[in-house]
Amino acid sequence: MAFESLSERFQSVFKKMRKEDRLTEKNMEEALREIKVALLESDVNFKVVKAFLSDVKEKALGSEVTRTVSPSEQLIKICHDEITSLLGGDDSELTLPSKGRLTTYMMVGLQGTGKTTSAAKLAYFFQKKGFKVLLTSLDVYRPAAVDQLRDLAKSIGAGFHETDVHDNPRKVAAEAKKEAAAEGYDALILDTAGRLQIDEALMNEIADIAKEERPDEALLLIDASAGQDAVNVAKAFNDSVRLTGVIVSKLDGDAKGGSALSIKYLTGLPIKLSGTGEKVGDLEAFHPERMAERILGMGDIVSLVEKAQEQIDEKEAEKAAKKMMSGEATLEDMLKQMKMVQRLGSLGSIASLIPGMPKLSDADKERGEKEMKTFEAVINSMTPYERRHPDVLRFSQKNRIAKGSGKTNADINRVLKRFEMYKKMMSEMKRYQKGGKFPPGGLGGLGGLGGRGNGFPF
Amino acid sequence: MGLINFLKSKFGKKKPEENYVKGLAKSRAAFSDRLALLAKKHAKLTPEYFEELETILIESDVGVSLTLRLIDELLEKSKENPNLSSQEANDELIDMMFVSYVEKGESIVNELSFKEGVPTVLLMEGVNGVGKTTSIAKLAYRYKKQGKKILLAAGDTFRAGAVEQLSIWASRLEVDIVKGKPNADPASVAFDGAKAAREGHYDLLIVDTAGRQQTKANLMNELGKIRRVIARELPESPIEAFLVIDATTGQNGVSQAKAFAEASPLTGIVITKMDGTSKGGIILSIRDEIGAPVRFIGLGEKMEDLVEFDLDEYLHALLVGDDNG
Repeated sequence: MAFESLSERFQSVFKKMRKEDRLTEKNMEEALREIKVALLESDVNFKVVKAFLSDVKEKALGSEVTRTVSPSEQLIKICHDEITSLLGGDDSELTLPSKGRLTTYMMVGLQGTGKTTSAAKLAYFFQKKGFKVLLTSLDVYRPAAVDQLRDLAKSIGAGFHETDVHDNPRKVAAEAKKEAAAEGYDALILDTAGRLQIDEALMNEIADIAKEERPDEALLLIDASAGQDAVNVAKAFNDSVRLTGVIVSKLDGDAKGGSALSIKYLTGLPIKLSGTGEKVGDLEAFHPERMAERILGMGDIVSLVEKAQEQIDEKEAEKAAKKMMSGEATLEDMLKQMKMVQRLGSLGSIASLIPGMPKLSDADKERGEKEMKTFEAVINSMTPYERRHPDVLRFSQKNRIAKGSGKTNADINRVLKRFEMYKKMMSEMKRYQKGGKFPPGGLGGLGGLGGRGNGFPF
Repeated sequence: MGLINFLKSKFGKKKPEENYVKGLAKSRAAFSDRLALLAKKHAKLTPEYFEELETILIESDVGVSLTLRLIDELLEKSKENPNLSSQEANDELIDMMFVSYVEKGESIVNELSFKEGVPTVLLMEGVNGVGKTTSIAKLAYRYKKQGKKILLAAGDTFRAGAVEQLSIWASRLEVDIVKGKPNADPASVAFDGAKAAREGHYDLLIVDTAGRQQTKANLMNELGKIRRVIARELPESPIEAFLVIDATTGQNGVSQAKAFAEASPLTGIVITKMDGTSKGGIILSIRDEIGAPVRFIGLGEKMEDLVEFDLDEYLHALLVGDDNG
């Protein structure tokens, strides 16, 4: 990572804030400066940053600090809520093709933003849904641009309308549309040449094509690494072609994509898709909330706390906590806690909420869920005594449990090993714990613990 | 004497290069006009002056840490000299930008280095879509005009159409090209290129590489391999490695420069697409954080629009405009 994550910066700022009992203009100053730096380093537009900071300040000063929440936790929550409402919002879906009616898509943007690659990815995406797609390149300027799209179309088995580079792009577009209609295609994707938004002649060219072909979706490509000027680019393209949305490309790097999010805030254009790799399958629906989290870099720790408060029975939790701290935890307690956590959501979604946790692949998530079931089956097949004193288990008992649970001896050993780790973790927790509260500074410790459990996020 | 005056005196005699002023017209319009307007609006150094100055710098992609440092320094100066006018402060600011760039490294020769009897190798690297292939064409054009015998190696065997794109340039420019098969190991293309460059007594071998995100460790390692292969084949040759960066890039440009510099040593940076409205403030941030010098900048689509980077001229064209009396 190029930049320290905001959560790391916060940790140091909040260490100093710990002793304060409410948020004031003065004690927030440093924290707000850190937030500002983090947002700007993520290329969030400066106008958006300013709006954000003044909103946060206002909310924070007016907020009631409750006994159970420290001012730093409070500020994190306010920031999180604000950034989600500012940059987030609902997911916007792309208009899909429909059988029997030709749907037209047009890709526009600056040079090198990934229009051609994305056009092929989009075609592949539609084909997987069973639609017949025709691709055509209106880029008669860049050498081999047509070859590039032709190669890509061939590799995914999509239709390709040939382009003569001596032709006018308007003519090519019209001919492609004719071919698409005549040959019964469901979707036509027009790839256009990259252009500067200040190049009048070329901007008029796409304006004309858009007017004539009336695309159902006119999509602007924005590079995830784009800087402060991206908003002006979006405005200019929107003025000449009525855009229907944005595709953020190259999100597989470490760029935070703050400029793309700012476009949504400043122009209202929804981000519909994101490019996440070089293969044709690497096109995904866009979730603004996840991007907001990527920028803040502290995961959705806030809602984890909220959810936990709602769903975990306070008394039960207190009892469990006491036991945990006393070092007398049993397999039953471990199972109980696992279930509590399970109620908060699937393992995968919880893991993604915890900063510092490595991102889980779908395969990892599935494995985690499966493991949880195994654990439950194994523990339920033990006698109550065995659950409290797992160290008594010998080979014969293990055989019995294996039979009863339909699992193997190896599974049982895994449960026991994990229990040892759990106990060790609990005693480490104890060191952090003061009066039953999470360690200050944004629960950073949790991430580390989660990482060790490998599928066990608590 | 402020830098502006220095520049004015310097360029009073010598007109700045035509395409600098023209190419940077859009960038300049925003930046220098805004600075001038700022001084007009706030004659004294009020908090509003500093706030607006911060906005101007940030929106030019100068980068937050450099911006905050420049502003802090300026604040210090205004404390030392309470009578500092905003016009003088503007001049001070440009001085500081100039100094901060220059003190980060020795003075730089922009032109490629050549050595008698062996080919110079130039590796072109960068993330996807920054304009590597086009910049190669422009550099080939430049050095062909200087009478060099040039060979291109189409090392981007990954992206569809990349080899064709470079081939078209090679035939337009009438320079030779070594091509690999699609999906061939780029290091093997580099090897073929190096061998052909030695045997054919070329002066300059320019190796194209596939665009790659700087976070992909295996792809970044591949760059090191390409370099090693070339160094083994041409042990006496000067090897230059240019990182190509798009002027519209925001703060991730710094991350790009850091990662590429770590993967294999960079000898320079090429900033492309400076003819748009982006201010290319990333030039200053990258220099500030990495120390790598900008060697060439792209100011337009024509072959001759890739020009040597000259800090004086850049700052002059960007900040002062062509109304120097």
